[in-house]
Amino acid sequence: MEMLRKRFRGLYDFRFLIRQLVSKDIKLKYRRSFLGYLWSVLNPLLVMLVLVIVFSSMFRFDIENYPAYLIIGQTLFSYMTESTNQSLTSITGNASLLKKVYVPKYIFTLSKVTSSLVNVLFSLGAMLIVFIVTKVHFSFYMLLIPIVLIELYMFCLGLSLFLAQLSVFFRDIQYIYAVITTAWMYLTPLFYPMESLPEKVQQGVRICNPMYHYIDQFRTLVLEACMPPASTWGYGFGVAFVILVIGTWTFRRSQDRFILYI
Amino acid sequence: MDNESYIIDVSDATVRFNMASEKVDNLKEYVIKLIKRELMFQEFLALKDVDLKIKKGEAWALIGTNGAGKSTLLKLICGILKPYKGTVKVHGTMSPLIELGAGFDGELTARENIFLNGALLGNSEQYMKEHFAEIVDFAELWDFLDMPIKNYSSGMSARLGFAVATMTKPDILICDEVLAVGDYKFQKKCEARMKDMLSQGTTLLYVSHSMETVRKLCDHVLWLNKGEVKMSGEAGPICDAYMNF
Repeated sequence: MEMLRKRFRGLYDFRFLIRQLVSKDIKLKYRRSFLGYLWSVLNPLLVMLVLVIVFSSMFRFDIENYPAYLIIGQTLFSYMTESTNQSLTSITGNASLLKKVYVPKYIFTLSKVTSSLVNVLFSLGAMLIVFIVTKVHFSFYMLLIPIVLIELYMFCLGLSLFLAQLSVFFRDIQYIYAVITTAWMYLTPLFYPMESLPEKVQQGVRICNPMYHYIDQFRTLVLEACMPPASTWGYGFGVAFVILVIGTWTFRRSQDRFILYI
Repeated sequence: MDNESYIIDVSDATVRFNMASEKVDNLKEYVIKLIKRELMFQEFLALKDVDLKIKKGEAWALIGTNGAGKSTLLKLICGILKPYKGTVKVHGTMSPLIELGAGFDGELTARENIFLNGALLGNSEQYMKEHFAEIVDFAELWDFLDMPIKNYSSGMSARLGFAVATMTKPDILICDEVLAVGDYKFQKKCEARMKDMLSQGTTLLYVSHSMETVRKLCDHVLWLNKGEVKMSGEAGPICDAYMNF
């Protein structure tokens, strides 16, 4: 307990650095682009538009309010891929810095996951536009959306810490991971309904794919305006917590050896 | 003398690197080598049983040829490297100056970089805001504040790095060949500031190949040769011995 308090104390001491790193990422992402921050809202909207056109003319699924269904799944999933992919290089990419200044190394991974989350907050603006245009009924259940984002953030942070430390020792992780995320994307009901999968696969997705739960919780809150069952909350937080513990533990165990490999 | 009076206490420190004949940094090679049983590690000792005890307010220079382990020792003291054997104890705050401009992002402007670099050195936002003008004054870069650092000359970014790092008034100031790129006027200014900090009780660790500056700034010298301490103590005699080596 004492150790945990010391950890959080350390995190608090470095809050200014984390804020600087996060704002650096956000500033640099759209620097010298004509529309600037507008891209953060425009980008998910345009991608959604393409997918809506493709899937409502070529492959048809029987889903109510397809644009909203799509943009929720796509935003949450791309948050996961973006944050983990950025974290993969968060240690190796800052090698020159880590060799020279003593900074807790997890700060870099943490700031990447956080700056991606800030981008998600921009995307929520895009979602809001879609919700208004498609006349989604606004309910108080939407106030629970931050809880879903907290779950997702914990999950992504854990996974990112694990991947960041692994990629220090094995640089080809990023190529393998690209294949994994592609498979993962098709096994997550982003643009198709869960029911279109075979019964067995559905079972597998429910057990092994936490992303499905996070996206489903979000959709239930917004599109059905009701409370997701307690079991999915339990599963979501449980998995997020376990992954976070594994990530932190593996990162802590190997961080002293980073310097010899970067 | 009791241990607490040392601000930096390095005892019997050994640093070991794995110098594998080929660096294995991907999974494919790792698995292949594991199967072929070729996964060998060659040991390389960058520092061997180094002892260094520094009291508050002393100015130490580290000298030695390239590859003698000077920078490794600094990294050890900063906490970037962990000793393989032995212990390193440091009491007090330090500003790592190991190479200036570490932590500058080329795409960001000087203004943004000052805040980022200050944060890396562990300062608070409040502190950086208060000292912002002072830093820019010292670096004499008011005209270029909103230019991305990538367009700076190496001398200009060195100025900025020195200004940020010395602004924090750390207990321990660590300099690694920092003045090599600055022009003559700026070198004088930096030396003056270091002397000023020394007189206020800052401890200095200084790496240089210029015996002239070492004699001017430092009262103690540690001479490293191939990872081992060759001589350590008063500056004058060791500098003479080093020059005649």
